[in-house]
Amino acid sequence: MIRRRLAAAGALVAAVALVLSGCANQGGGEQQGGGPAAGAPSQPTDAVLPAGNGQGRCAPGTSIAYTGTIAGQNAALGIAIVNAVQLAVDQHNAANPNCQVTLVRADTGGTPDTAVGPVTAVINNPQVLGIVGLPFSGESRAVGPALNAAGLVNITPSATNPALSTNGWTNFFRGLGNDAVQGPAIARYIQTRLNAQNVCVIKDDSDYGIGLAQQVTQALGPAASCQADVRTNQREFSAVIGQVQQANPQAIFYSGYYQEASPLVQQLRDAGVQTPFIGPDGVKDEQFVVNAAGAANGALLSCPCVPQEGFTDFTNAYRQAFGVAPQTYSAEGYDATTILLQGIDRGAADRAALLNFVRSYNGQGLTKRFQWSPTGELTQTPVYMYRVDGNQIVTDSQI
Amino acid sequence: MTAWHHPATPLEPPCAPAGARRLGERVISSFAVLAHAAPLAASTEPWINFDVGLLIDRFWANTINGLAYGSIYALVALGYTLVYGVLQLINFAHSEIFILGVFGVYLTFLAFGFEPGAIPNLPLGFIIVDLIVAGLVGMAVSGLAAILLERTAYRPLRRRNAPRLAFLITAIGASFVLQQVIRIWRGSNPEGTIRLLPPSPVFTIFGAPVTNLQIIIFVASLAMFFVADTFVNRTRLGRGIRAVAQDPNTATLMGVNRERVITITFMVGGVLAGAAGLFYLMTIPQGAVYNGGFLLGIKAFTAAVLGGIGNLRGALLGGLILGVAENYGQSLFGGDWRDIVAFVLLVVVLMFRPTGILGESLARSRA
Repeated sequence: MIRRRLAAAGALVAAVALVLSGCANQGGGEQQGGGPAAGAPSQPTDAVLPAGNGQGRCAPGTSIAYTGTIAGQNAALGIAIVNAVQLAVDQHNAANPNCQVTLVRADTGGTPDTAVGPVTAVINNPQVLGIVGLPFSGESRAVGPALNAAGLVNITPSATNPALSTNGWTNFFRGLGNDAVQGPAIARYIQTRLNAQNVCVIKDDSDYGIGLAQQVTQALGPAASCQADVRTNQREFSAVIGQVQQANPQAIFYSGYYQEASPLVQQLRDAGVQTPFIGPDGVKDEQFVVNAAGAANGALLSCPCVPQEGFTDFTNAYRQAFGVAPQTYSAEGYDATTILLQGIDRGAADRAALLNFVRSYNGQGLTKRFQWSPTGELTQTPVYMYRVDGNQIVTDSQI
Repeated sequence: MTAWHHPATPLEPPCAPAGARRLGERVISSFAVLAHAAPLAASTEPWINFDVGLLIDRFWANTINGLAYGSIYALVALGYTLVYGVLQLINFAHSEIFILGVFGVYLTFLAFGFEPGAIPNLPLGFIIVDLIVAGLVGMAVSGLAAILLERTAYRPLRRRNAPRLAFLITAIGASFVLQQVIRIWRGSNPEGTIRLLPPSPVFTIFGAPVTNLQIIIFVASLAMFFVADTFVNRTRLGRGIRAVAQDPNTATLMGVNRERVITITFMVGGVLAGAAGLFYLMTIPQGAVYNGGFLLGIKAFTAAVLGGIGNLRGALLGGLILGVAENYGQSLFGGDWRDIVAFVLLVVVLMFRPTGILGESLARSRA
């Protein structure tokens, strides 16, 4: 009963936040109507970094965990995060001789049905004080109650389904804007920048895809004139393409992950559909560009992630450590790890203390200022549009 | 989807006494959930469509695409059917034999020096030769893998007269083993797209374009089917296969080498799966991924049962029907229903014809 009431209250807050954020974003949109906004921001001067002040002290064996896909579905998205987490922990340990934090890697496989086991193992490891993860919305929902019961703080660097913060979980913190922010921003971009009044919204069958598609469809209103569905692991899209051809839209929005998006966009282009293709953060990955083999060129990709090319110290260190440039949500993962490490450095020695530290945290990260509402949503949530240019994903503008 | 707003559904037992305060609270709470659930739940969208207009409008395009894709199902289904006909074993690892063929084709492309992501600019003759060589490599890889699978997984069981259940669980286990080995070897991301031959429309049927790829795949699959059918029904080795299928003990008494027949059966199934691998990678260049065979394998198995498992013609018919029906169903009911249509079709057909459309038995298809 209590949980139910909490959930209801959370829902009210979310509903209000939705309306408010809608209004706030509308203002932003008008401001930018004139022309493309400046590209990538540079590193904020007051950004808190993992190294801290070098005076951190903690018990030997103190650990934090990354829980998310490493080798499972859409693994590239998870690897971009776990690498950044590793980088932050390494930088922290190098600078703080009296506090050596261990990183526990738990591969959830990225799906709700495979996530429970690895997460339970992390919960049962008393050394783990906090979690960076889980990256995806579906798996986050599946393991949320268990993490909440364990009082284990988890900062997700990429799960964007709005409902995740409405379950009354006191340990859930989202390190980026949710889809109730991203969805309307995408819809506004489609309508004002692309001038499209007839849009096909195609969604997959994941919690993330369904939730975001609802947000976009609702914000588009009557302009969302056709709706199509694809299934996870589907590779053959002729029937969906037929539906698109019949509707003959001015823009196509795909709500899902890159695994299905790349064959979809390729088959669309093969079928002669040259309509602008817009994807969300789940599609924004190099894998999308490679797998679509040329067909991705010109595709627009929105993301509540902040462009990283301006954070040169971070990108250089990442490149040096892993041989590739940081990818989507690397910087968000880095920031989330920094916050947990800060707490440990300042003496948070158990799960409850670290949870309290994060709850009252207020500090600048690379990507944005981190301060959370009681439900675990950030107060600042920038959304950017990116563009596929040849074989690269480049920053288009803040939207 | 429904799970999101489940707490608000009236199906849930009403909780505790309903005083005035509580009632008000519940009204508010359900209002809040409604206001909140509205953007999340599919309020604007029915859970199932009956878009007859789209079905009619897309009839020919769906038919053509379905026949081309269905012929890939058919080639894979032949492997299930052959093995079932001879051993009464559902070789669930056949989907991994297929995906190994896909990888064989892909790695041949890589060995030829094609770069993932790029669009090759070569004269048509070279491309055709490359495709044929890659296809042969894929067939060899799948054929060898099938023989190896039979030797390591099934033959020891046969030696010990293991019960059927042991074969079945071994098949499922082998499927996962192969899948995970590929994952460890190649990672879990799809291999970068290499597409030698982009599809281009050649002619139209009632306004629906038919691409060069679809023609090649459909014709080549039919040709492969006829070769396999002739092999089983006309050659001496084929007679051996049919003999073992009909009565293994008598066949052995008559001098048929049962083990050799079984090896050949697995090999033929594997080779056909390798060919399907080439066609699949030509259609879906993103298809080379460790778990890429799983769903396609289940569909192909469905196709085999639909047409009558153990019957080569049934596999062909089942594959084509399944490919087409999936597309019709998707246009009619919506994309969510794609897989459901395939399996409901199977159930409905089996209700009226429990042995499939053309009936079972490899042996009796031509006595």
